[in-house]
Amino acid sequence: MAKYMVLIYGDAQQWDAMTDEQWRAHDAAHEAFVARAGAQIIDGQQLELASAATSLRSDALGQLNTTDGPFLETKEALGGYYLLEATDLDEVTSMVTLLPEVHATHSGVEIRPVVDHG
Amino acid sequence: MNDEVVAAVAQAHRRDWAQVFSTTAHLTRDLDLAEECAQDAFAQALETWTETGIPDRPGAWLTTIARNRARDALRRESVFRRKMPLLVADETSPGPEDGLVDDRLRLIFTCAHPALSRQAQICLTLRLVCGLSTPEVARAFLVQPATMAARITRAKKKIAAARIPYRVPGPDQLEERLGAVLEVVHLIFTTGHTAPVGAQLIRHDLVDSAISLARMLHLLMPTDTEISALLALLLLTRARQGARVSADGRLVLLSEQDRARWDRQLIAEGQSLVTDALRRRPPTRYALEAAIAAVHAEAPTWQDTDWAQVVGLYDALFRLWPSPVVDLNRAVAIGLRDGPEAGLYALTPLLADPALATYGYLSAARADFLRQLRQWPQAVTAYEEALTLTDNDVERAFLTERLTDVKRYL
Repeated sequence: MAKYMVLIYGDAQQWDAMTDEQWRAHDAAHEAFVARAGAQIIDGQQLELASAATSLRSDALGQLNTTDGPFLETKEALGGYYLLEATDLDEVTSMVTLLPEVHATHSGVEIRPVVDHG
Repeated sequence: MNDEVVAAVAQAHRRDWAQVFSTTAHLTRDLDLAEECAQDAFAQALETWTETGIPDRPGAWLTTIARNRARDALRRESVFRRKMPLLVADETSPGPEDGLVDDRLRLIFTCAHPALSRQAQICLTLRLVCGLSTPEVARAFLVQPATMAARITRAKKKIAAARIPYRVPGPDQLEERLGAVLEVVHLIFTTGHTAPVGAQLIRHDLVDSAISLARMLHLLMPTDTEISALLALLLLTRARQGARVSADGRLVLLSEQDRARWDRQLIAEGQSLVTDALRRRPPTRYALEAAIAAVHAEAPTWQDTDWAQVVGLYDALFRLWPSPVVDLNRAVAIGLRDGPEAGLYALTPLLADPALATYGYLSAARADFLRQLRQWPQAVTAYEEALTLTDNDVERAFLTERLTDVKRYL
């Protein structure tokens, strides 16, 4: 088994514009995903919008800067994640296709293997 | 070391590399180690066969040697812990001993996994399935061997780190995955059929690799009609290869080719495969492309080509797989059916398609219709434009000759 980070990206404006009914369908799809992945899910959270993000970095002089907003200013922001355990990439891929963000036109999912230091 | 042995090893390398390497990879679950052991086996063959003679089944001999080497290496290495993650081999599906799923298929599907870039898929397939050396693959894509080596290493690392499984996908994914595999084979073929750049029109090594891959897939999955269709397309196109370049290295268009130089055996094989493939309804992309190639192969002369059938097949192909290049070929076929004026008319809307803006064949096709219509100034412009859009020396020589020809009428 290996660990994979499933990062959910999308356009926050489009998520914001979803109706209650759309959210219900969205949540139902996540429930189906959670049911399918079962104990293979180690962790998973929905994140507050990127506008709630705080970023830290240093300038050329090593002076620490704290700024409002996400680290990268992109239209598609990180909206949430799952940390999964799976035997291989095909298994993760087939589970992740249940996520509603894979099917909406403005969003998508990135699967990143977690480095095994063990 | 005698010539006979050298030839036998070279032949075994072409025919059996994929088998030797893929079964070894199944055992080692490590692509690099498997490559090392497979290469060692071929090197060993040169020595041993000189002394003992060429074995009856060279492939089996090589596989045994490679797997023995791998077992020794694994035994030594079990002392140290391997740092690289291992290839995920699926132990639940039948192994090669069952004769049901061949290791070569696992290898092909792994190399053409959709989680790899198309470029990585092609490079890995040439390197690992076809057994081309890294410099050979680099030459095919006109990059430095070091660059290609880095690309291949990166792709192998991704397979291991993301745990791309060494497996033939299940029925739910098979069609999509097979589509990627066939596209890789088709791209290898088209890159070889007309080399995008360089002094040679045809890259025979790539054409041969693509055909042997298609043959391998057909052998392993004989009932899949899409594979039959692709193999048919490649064979029917390959059959004309000997007539495409004249003795003095010049490009010869289909209309002027010496049809006696076409390979009748390949045509017959392609025709029988395409008949099979066309039984599937609705016909698929490669089946239609192969059918078009078959119409050309069947025509005794250029003039006797059944252009109505060609146009009909392009219509069907465009409905199924709308692409600007298909549209262009369809327009040219209309011109050949109904005359140059109709051809020019059919090509006109394509001039506005940005996807074709740098596609030299559009200018070349227009130039030819304009030449036939004796519209000399426009023909000159079109040939000049086509010339700026090719980097292949043989194509450039052909267009230059045509340009000089039409300029005389100005």
